[in-house]
Amino acid sequence: MVKITLVDYGIGNILSVQRAFEYCGAQVIISDKPRVIKDSDYLVLPGVGAFADGMKGLSERGLIEAILDFASQERPFLSICLGMQMMMEESEEFGLHEGLRLIPGRVVRIPDQDVNGLRQKIPHIGWNSLEVPQEKEDWNGTILEGIEAGETVYFVHSFTAVPENLSNRLADTYYNGQLISAAVQTGYLYGCQFHPEKSGVTGLKIIHNFLKLKGIV
Amino acid sequence: MSNIRLIARLDVKGPNLVKGVQLEGLRKIGDPNVFAKEYYDQGIDELIYIDIVASLYERNNLLEIVRSATKDVFIPLTVGGGIRTVENVRDVLRAGADKVAINTAAIKRPELIREISKRFGSQCMVLSIEAKKVSEGKWEAYYDNGREKTGLDVIQWAKRGYELGAGEILITSVDMEGTAKGFDVDLVRAVSTAVPIPVIASGGMGTINDMLQVINNGCADAVAMAHVLHYKKLTVQEVRESAVSCNVNVRRLKLWSK
Repeated sequence: MVKITLVDYGIGNILSVQRAFEYCGAQVIISDKPRVIKDSDYLVLPGVGAFADGMKGLSERGLIEAILDFASQERPFLSICLGMQMMMEESEEFGLHEGLRLIPGRVVRIPDQDVNGLRQKIPHIGWNSLEVPQEKEDWNGTILEGIEAGETVYFVHSFTAVPENLSNRLADTYYNGQLISAAVQTGYLYGCQFHPEKSGVTGLKIIHNFLKLKGIV
Repeated sequence: MSNIRLIARLDVKGPNLVKGVQLEGLRKIGDPNVFAKEYYDQGIDELIYIDIVASLYERNNLLEIVRSATKDVFIPLTVGGGIRTVENVRDVLRAGADKVAINTAAIKRPELIREISKRFGSQCMVLSIEAKKVSEGKWEAYYDNGREKTGLDVIQWAKRGYELGAGEILITSVDMEGTAKGFDVDLVRAVSTAVPIPVIASGGMGTINDMLQVINNGCADAVAMAHVLHYKKLTVQEVRESAVSCNVNVRRLKLWSK
């Protein structure tokens, strides 16, 4: 059984994430202890809320260094929503704030006008499709293996990560024609802007793939 | 366009799923989570649980129901009824909810909207408004299931809610609720065009045509349904397939796309 550590830093709906991983057969340990996080085999960083609060929640518990230490050793890491945004270098949500800097790029607000200049509603809430970025051939060998382009997952966010390098873009989605980075990757480190734990069977399949990254399940 | 969301609304009293007419005359329907699981399996996009007596008794007993739903329902859950403080919100989110719907407490102290959105993000702060029509193009906000007047104009209240940080508005027509005679389309359109955040239309869906009306003419971003699903007049698949065939943008589900 794969053992995952779920980072508890005071925000987010931990229970839903825990239940989804348990449903997929994982044993879930919830922790805010740097040592536990550093020594994990699999790490999941959930997150809902504001960027600065999230980073503060991590740093107050001494978790930034622990996460970076974990991330430096080719172990599977999955961050969700705000968690994915915190993988970036910085965010401009309520001022400029530094992130975990695992992936080059920044987090910006979704514009309140669409590509045709029409008003669009923010947050981007709802089910939207996963698309293979142009530069990418397929999702084989990643957490999206077996997912068909066009399958939908649940998004809810007002800010969006913009990775600098195309190679970090794992999946895109489009909100009123505007490209949104739906998932990012560097090696074993993954981030999903959507909520796999709230995305029905497609989300559960993604979690299952994540748990298989080291070939144990 | 983004996908219109199809939402099942589960009004709960004690351990039971209930349904009334105009939020009154409640009838027991069954175990809310049996219905929740069924709608999830049929491909509903979201669920809204409302404890409809919680604000009367100033308590919230939905937490156990929600906690248990998260074991096998993996879609967004909104929970409302009796939530009065930031601490209440934290408990509800910790029980597995993604968003909270606030009505009475926000009317009594609008600052609560700001506190919740600041602490947990506006995406989880749904302002729930119960609206009764006063005259053509004018509605008044109510609370305690349409029993208590507020004197607040619905459109002004929706705008204020947005300014305070609400991320979504759940607009329930008390006049149409439970009647299965269609949504108050004018109400939904008035709210949806007044605020730049998504609006969930609730109250009155009896047919597919009612849904099309409130999406196409009411500019609803999401449609909440109760009666038609609970009494098995329509299944979620039927609703979704009809929406697709009428060119409404809803998510395509893999399970029936083959």
